Formats: sequence, C-alpha cells, structure tokens
Amino acid sequence: MGSLIHDPRDRGGLQQPMLIARDLRKHFLVKGSGGKSVKAVDGVSFTVGKGETLGVVGESGCGKSTLARLLLHLLKPDTGELVFDGDPVGIVPGIAVDALRRQVQMVFQDSYSSLNPRMPVRDSVAFGPFVQGKKKDEARHIARELLAKVGLDPGVFGPRYPHELSGGQKQRVNIARALATGPRMVILDEPVSALDKSVEAQVLNLLRALKRQFNLTYVFISHDLNVVQYISDRVLVMYLGRVVEIGPIGAIFERPLHPYTRALLASRPSMDPARRIQEPPITGDPPNPIDPPSGCRFHTRCPFAEEVCTTTDPKLGNWQGPQSHVAACHMHDPLSGHSRAASV
Amino acid sequence: MTLTEVRDLRVRFVTREATVHAVNGVSFTVQPGEVLCILGESGSGKSVTLRALMRLLPPRSTRIEGEVRIDGHDVLAMRPQALRDLRGGLAAMIFQEPMTALDPVYTVGQQIGEAVRRHTGCGSHAARERALELLELVRIPSPERRLAAYPHELSGGLRQRAMIAMALSCNPRLLLADEPTTALDATVQVQVLILLRRLQRELGMGMIFVTHDLGVASEIADTIAVMYAGRIVESGPVAQILSAPEHPYTAGLLASTVHGQPRDRDIDAIPGSPPDLRRLAQGCSFAPRCPRRMADCRVVVPQPRFPAPGRMAACHGVADGLPAPEVTRMPTVSEPSSTTSAR
Amino acid sequence: MFKLAKTALMTDTIVLDQAREGFDEQAIPATRVRGYWQSVLYRLRHDPLTLFFAAIVLLIVLAAICAPLIAPFGPFKESIVGRLKPFGWRSHLLGTDELGRDMLSRLIYGGRVSLMMGVVPVLIASLVGGMLGVVGGFVGGRTNTAIMRAMDVFYAFPSVLLAVAIAGAMGGGMGNGMLALTLVFIPPMCRVAETATTQIRALDFIEAARASGARTTTIIRYHVLGNVLGPVFIYASSLVSVSILLASGLSFLGLGVRPPVPDWGLMLSTLRQSIYVVPLVCALPGVAIFITSMCCNLVSDGLRAAMDVRM
Repeated sequence: MGSLIHDPRDRGGLQQPMLIARDLRKHFLVKGSGGKSVKAVDGVSFTVGKGETLGVVGESGCGKSTLARLLLHLLKPDTGELVFDGDPVGIVPGIAVDALRRQVQMVFQDSYSSLNPRMPVRDSVAFGPFVQGKKKDEARHIARELLAKVGLDPGVFGPRYPHELSGGQKQRVNIARALATGPRMVILDEPVSALDKSVEAQVLNLLRALKRQFNLTYVFISHDLNVVQYISDRVLVMYLGRVVEIGPIGAIFERPLHPYTRALLASRPSMDPARRIQEPPITGDPPNPIDPPSGCRFHTRCPFAEEVCTTTDPKLGNWQGPQSHVAACHMHDPLSGHSRAASV
Repeated sequence: MTLTEVRDLRVRFVTREATVHAVNGVSFTVQPGEVLCILGESGSGKSVTLRALMRLLPPRSTRIEGEVRIDGHDVLAMRPQALRDLRGGLAAMIFQEPMTALDPVYTVGQQIGEAVRRHTGCGSHAARERALELLELVRIPSPERRLAAYPHELSGGLRQRAMIAMALSCNPRLLLADEPTTALDATVQVQVLILLRRLQRELGMGMIFVTHDLGVASEIADTIAVMYAGRIVESGPVAQILSAPEHPYTAGLLASTVHGQPRDRDIDAIPGSPPDLRRLAQGCSFAPRCPRRMADCRVVVPQPRFPAPGRMAACHGVADGLPAPEVTRMPTVSEPSSTTSAR
Repeated sequence: MFKLAKTALMTDTIVLDQAREGFDEQAIPATRVRGYWQSVLYRLRHDPLTLFFAAIVLLIVLAAICAPLIAPFGPFKESIVGRLKPFGWRSHLLGTDELGRDMLSRLIYGGRVSLMMGVVPVLIASLVGGMLGVVGGFVGGRTNTAIMRAMDVFYAFPSVLLAVAIAGAMGGGMGNGMLALTLVFIPPMCRVAETATTQIRALDFIEAARASGARTTTIIRYHVLGNVLGPVFIYASSLVSVSILLASGLSFLGLGVRPPVPDWGLMLSTLRQSIYVVPLVCALPGVAIFITSMCCNLVSDGLRAAMDVRM
C-alpha cells in the first residue's frame, strides 16, 4: 500500500499521509430564500495515505462531488484545512494552490462535457503541460506518449474530436489529460459511472495499471459499491455532507458499523434470481441538504433511531489512524446514552 | 394468447450523412404476466426496439420493417387513432428521466387525471379519485398532498413513482420500461424495483424492461434477451442465463460486471468497443471481440440456435439441442375491435 | 498547435485506417476526422438553397467591387434632356433618375456604400461587443453586472430610433452613420457572446483547464473563444441584413451619405417625388435593398442550420 519507489517530490516520508482533510465545510447560499444555504459539505475529515486508493461512497446530495472540488481548491472551503504531504494548502508557509495543482489532478465524471468539443483530443491532453511551461513540441510529445499509455493509438485518435470517440475512449482521454502534468495524486469523480459495464471493466483495469506504473494515489468517488469494493483500499461513506463511516475495505464490507452503510450494502442487487431482495433495506428518499434533520442526519430513516439521535450529532471517533474503522453513530459510542451503545 | 409478438424487426435511421442500422432482425414473444428484460449496452438497439413497439420513433427519418403484434393488433399497420388508443391504454411506457417525462407546468394530479380521462372518458371528479387511488397503489406517502404537487417539488424516487402511477392509470396489459431505475440512487432503485415487481404480479401485466445492468435484470426478470449491435444474441430464463450463458458476449458481460471479483487481479474485460452502427461489418457483429471466434464468424451472420428448451443463442459455436420450434402463425387481426376478446 | 480550423487533418487520418497492434482500442470511428468548421462546410455544400442565395450575394458584392469596370456610364454624369426616362431609353438599361444619371450605374456604385454600411458596423460591433461579452461572461460577478446593465441602457431604445438619434446628433455623413449603427449593434452582440460564454464556463473542460493551472486569459484564448465564435458568427450574419436596412433608412432620412454619392437609401429618397412619372425606375433602389437584405438573411439562416451541429 505504501509507495516503495521514492518520488523526488516527496516531502513527508512514507508515514506522512498524502492528504489530510480536517473539518472541511462548504455551504452554498440559495438566492432569494432569506439566507438559507445548501450545506453540501458540512464538516468532513479524513486522511489519504501515500499509494493507497481511498474510495468515497454516497448517494446524490451527499456532497462527494463538492468534496472532490474542494480537494483541488477548485472551490474554496468555507472553513477547515487541507494538508498535502505535510504542507498546509493555501497558507504561507505551506503549499500554494498553483503548486498543489501540479501534484494533484482530477478526472471528471461527464466525459461528454469534460473535453473541449472544438479541440482535437491530443491538444486537450497537451494543454496541461503547455500551460505549466513546456514548449509546444514537448507538450505534444507528452500527449502522444500518454495517449498510447491509456490504450489509444496516438496517430489514429490524436487528431480526432471528442464527438468522434465513444464514451470509453473519451474517458481514456480524460485520464491521459489528468496524467499529463505528472501528478502524484488523482481525484476520480465517478470516472466509470457513465460507461457501459464492459467498458467500465476496461477502464478499471487501466486505472489499476496506471496506478502501479506511475506510483499514484487515488481518491475514487463513486456511488457504485461494487466498483468501490474492487478498487479501494479504504472507504469513506458520506451522507448529507458528513462522514458516517470510514475504514479499511474488508472491515467496511464485512462488518459495517453504521446503519446507513448496512442499508447501502443491502441495496446491491443479488445477481441471483433465487435470492431477490424482498423488502427495501431503507425507505424514503435522501433528505434535502438545505434543511438537514437535527442531531444525527440519518435519524429520519434509521430503524434504530432514538431520542438522543434527534438531539445530538454523533462524533466520528479516531479517523486519523490508517487502519482505524470508525462510524459516526450513537450506537457505537458507549457514552451516548443510546440503548444499544453498550452492546457493541 | 401471446401478449406481444415481435418478428424480424428492423429499424434504420436515415439521415443525409449516414444510415444507422439500429435494429437488425429482432424477434421475441412476451406472454401475459411475464417479465422480459432486454439487456444490452449503449448502441445495442434496446431502447430503439422498445420505442418501435409503440412507434415512438421520429417518423421522417425512421424506416421500420418487420412485424409487431400487441394483443393481436398489428402495431406497425395501425392508423393514428388506433395508435393513440394503444398508447397509454393497452400498452404504457415509463422512462428513465422522470423529470423530463412529466410536464413541469401541470401538477401530478392533473397529469394522471388527463391520462385517465383520455382513455376512459370519465369526468374530472372520478379522474381525481382514480389518481388518488393510483398514488396509493404506488405507495407514495401523503397522496392527497402529492396530487397537488408539481414534478419539481418531488424527489427523484417520488417522481418515478408518479410516472409509474400515470402509466398504470388505464390498466395497461403491457408495461414498457426504458431504464427506469438507471438515474436513481441505489437505495431508491431497490424500492422502485420491488414496487414494480409487486405491481406487475398484482395487476397481471406483461412487462418489457430495458436495462444495461445485470443486477437489475436479476432482480426483476423472468426471461432475459441479450442484445448486441441490433440483434438478440441470447435469450432464456433468467437463472439459466446468469449461471450458464451460452453466447460469448453474455459470458463476457457476466465476467466483466464488477461484483466481488478478487482485488488483486484485473477484471476479465471484453476487449475493444461496440461496433459503429453506421458501418456494420459482415458476419457476426461480436466477432472482432470474441475469444471463441472461428473462420465462419466473420462471414456469415449466425442464425438462432436452440441448445435447450426456452434457450436461444445466435452463435456459430453453439450447438442445437432441439430442432427449431414450429412457428405458428398468429391469427391476423385487421380491425382492432373485431376479433379480440374484451380486455 | 491550437489553431481553430484544422484543414490539414483531412489527409493524415484516411491513410491510417487501422490501429496498430498493441493498443487497447481497435474500433475506429466510421466517419472521417472532421472538425467543426469542416462539418459546417460539408453541410453547406449540400444545401442548394443556401448556396443559391449565397451566389446572389456574391454577385452583388462582386458587382460592387468591380463597379468601375462594369458600370455602363459614370454615376455622376447628368443630363438635362434624359431625365426620368424609362427602361431601355437610349441604352440606359434601367432608365435614368431625376438628374438624368444612369440608374444601373448608380445602383452598382450604390451597392458599394450600402454594403459597406451593412458589413463594417457589424464587424466592429462583433469585435467590441463580443470581447465585452466574453470578458463579462467569464469573469462573472460585479464586472458582468456592470457590463450587462450598461448594455441594457442602450437596449431601452428601439434600434432605429437610437441609430437616427446618434447619427442626427453627430451631423450625418457616412462615417457617423456607421458609428451610429456600430453603437446600436454592440449591446445585442455583447449579450449573445455573454450567454454563450456563461454556458461554456459551466462545462467541465473549463474546470479541467483551471485544474491544470491555466490563467484566465489562457483559458479564454484556447477554450472559450473557439466555442463562442459559432453563436457570435451566426448572430452577426443575421445582423448584416438588418444593418443594410438600417443604413438605407438613415440615408433615406438624409443622415447617411451626402449627395451626389450614390446610395440606395438616398436614391429612394430623392426619387420618391417622381414616382408617378416612372414608377418602375423609382422603385429600383427599394428593390435592390430588398433583394440584398433578403438574400443576406436567407444565407444567414442557412448558416445557422449548418452550424447547429450537435456534437
């Protein structure tokens, strides 16, 4: 899991997490509603170890896309801090946002709108290196090499325009573009969600190979638990802007602590017609991030909700340990007063 | 009597720049009360097939050939009035994006009421009663309040339920579903699937459910038909298809669907990409990507083989287990009202 | 490297029909590599109606350019005897005007002025308005509000009235007329550019460009302009016909060129009184304005259809 190849840009050493996010918050004001805001990300903390893949899982409205943009400072967090390889981001002394963007890149979800329709794809890939100071010829050369690395023949696919490529081919171009500037960490925002299943498998294989080849660290955001289980080392489960559970992959999938994680796992289709899901594991829709429920945000849909859940926010516990498995749930906090807390 | 019979359906889209061969000879049947899942990736022709069943394709650029019969009526030969009676009446459709399928300027109650009035001719009070009944049927909480809600005021899952209610308003015998759960979250998807299963059983409807997700198919289908490049390459009962696929594409789909594969190895992905429907090669469309291709595959389009009762696979490498079933001609119905029994 | 039109590409991809071994992706798209502008040209080539009207416009433009070569008489040569003569009188194909000057020659020379006053204001307005719109749309916030509300001030006036007012206040003449029209067209061009830019700005590839570390000017130059050019061009082409009409209107009111310079609007004005003497001859400048403006309009429609490529 840790990177064995020494990267000359490495500053903190193997034990230093690649990224620490501490209490990130981002609210969006809703115009004309008298001061109400969408609490997209509302106090998110986690670490990403060097060379690992952190999976981020959640349904629509949980804030994972906003989180992705916060990690790259495409959006400025309202409060909270980011620490990249030991250096705080955006503060002096620390690492400037420009310098952060040389080391962290992003692969976007919608392969259709993530490429400039008026540019041949090789120019889209070469744009990053060009902007970061390389000469045009050198940038083009890098683009050609990367297109080949992601499985596209640069002579055939380089001059093509995005509308001439299939979804899988476009996503490969997106990946090539993210890698063109030589980042150490890549944030992948639902990279395979819009692809067909057979193409999804190809792209996942490609991502695994590239991670090994370029010694990368991934933050893999997805709503698909099966994909997250396959590719992640650790998993972060989000609900309505908060972290509800974080832990190593085996622990989360075999011994989920939070009722929401359990419901998510139980909502996966069985793939066996003889064992169909008979009752929905959870009812209702995810609530509105403008007016989240009081106390524990999940209590409106939780089968174990009690009074303490409606009044107090559960704490996450020790989220900093690289192997720790914690959930923000009163049932797992012996001091909460929840009737089931003692039995854990 | 067979609820739906499709025979050698071919659909082409003709534009100035290219001709897209979307559907290339699709045949299947659906019995009353049966759920057929058409499984395929983008570009397989599954949505086009579904829309062709109700003739919802753009009239000017579409060329349809073949035979489509729903409850004995010849859909491709229908006149506009009969077609309007069919849509929403005998057969109803639910779509992937409920936000765009529902009219944003009318309340849910008004839209359902309109569908009811159009097909039964009842008054507005009776229509409202029926709409309320339907919202309760699809288990929408606080249905009286939701009747007066506009589509944008409902969440994704509720909108989808409202759309299902609208589709069921006139007791259709055939429900066509075009990826209705693809845009929904996992927890909402499972609720909608269970709902659809329950409704289908209670109301005795036949259902044709289009999806690209094997998991969804496993939860809802009785029969699966796998489509690739506009043709059905395999069909059969859901348990058999998922446990013992005959066609290499189906096997490849199963292997490449991420579902608990070991993490230290690559997934068995199908190499390459689906073919361009504007330029279909000779022979089997899957041949360029097939691990079991033979010399014949690039030359001759494989005909359906029947390795077991109820199973079909269009592959040169699959042996016939039975002689081809007798094709019994359906009694021709020219006027919709004359020979069919009452619904 | 980042040229907007890539005509050189048409050749290099036809040769290489198959991806070489060793690459994952072997499925080659069925169509030739064609950038946006090549697709537009392709569609135009197969649109006979638009080509027909474009040919007419081209003829008019050529006639105007080659006026000294093809006009049978000089446009200023008066004749007391031959005033207001009908078609065909003594080799004056289209008759003569109230001062005995040959109509055909004056129409051809008049085309120069009318076309100039039609095209130049649109060109300048596209540049200035387009730039303002792109900057406002991309930067957003207060800058955008400032620019767009300033444009709204001009929008409050009907365009004809505004053109007349500006031209009148500055005293008429061709230069002032063109200035007036330019000022009238800047707000709509700005709005079109701003709308297009705002739409583009929301797309992911702009965010990706920002994530690569590009500065705002670089992003505008390489990513925004190419995509905004389309809508701006379509709108500008539709403005040309309006501009010809407005320019003729200004001249008709005496706020454009001064006599004896031939201009269709001015000719209409001076021939107006003689309409009962030789009606056909006096209607000619109006017909010229109509045909030119109409053909420009239809060509711009055809352009819009060709450029509305869903990619």
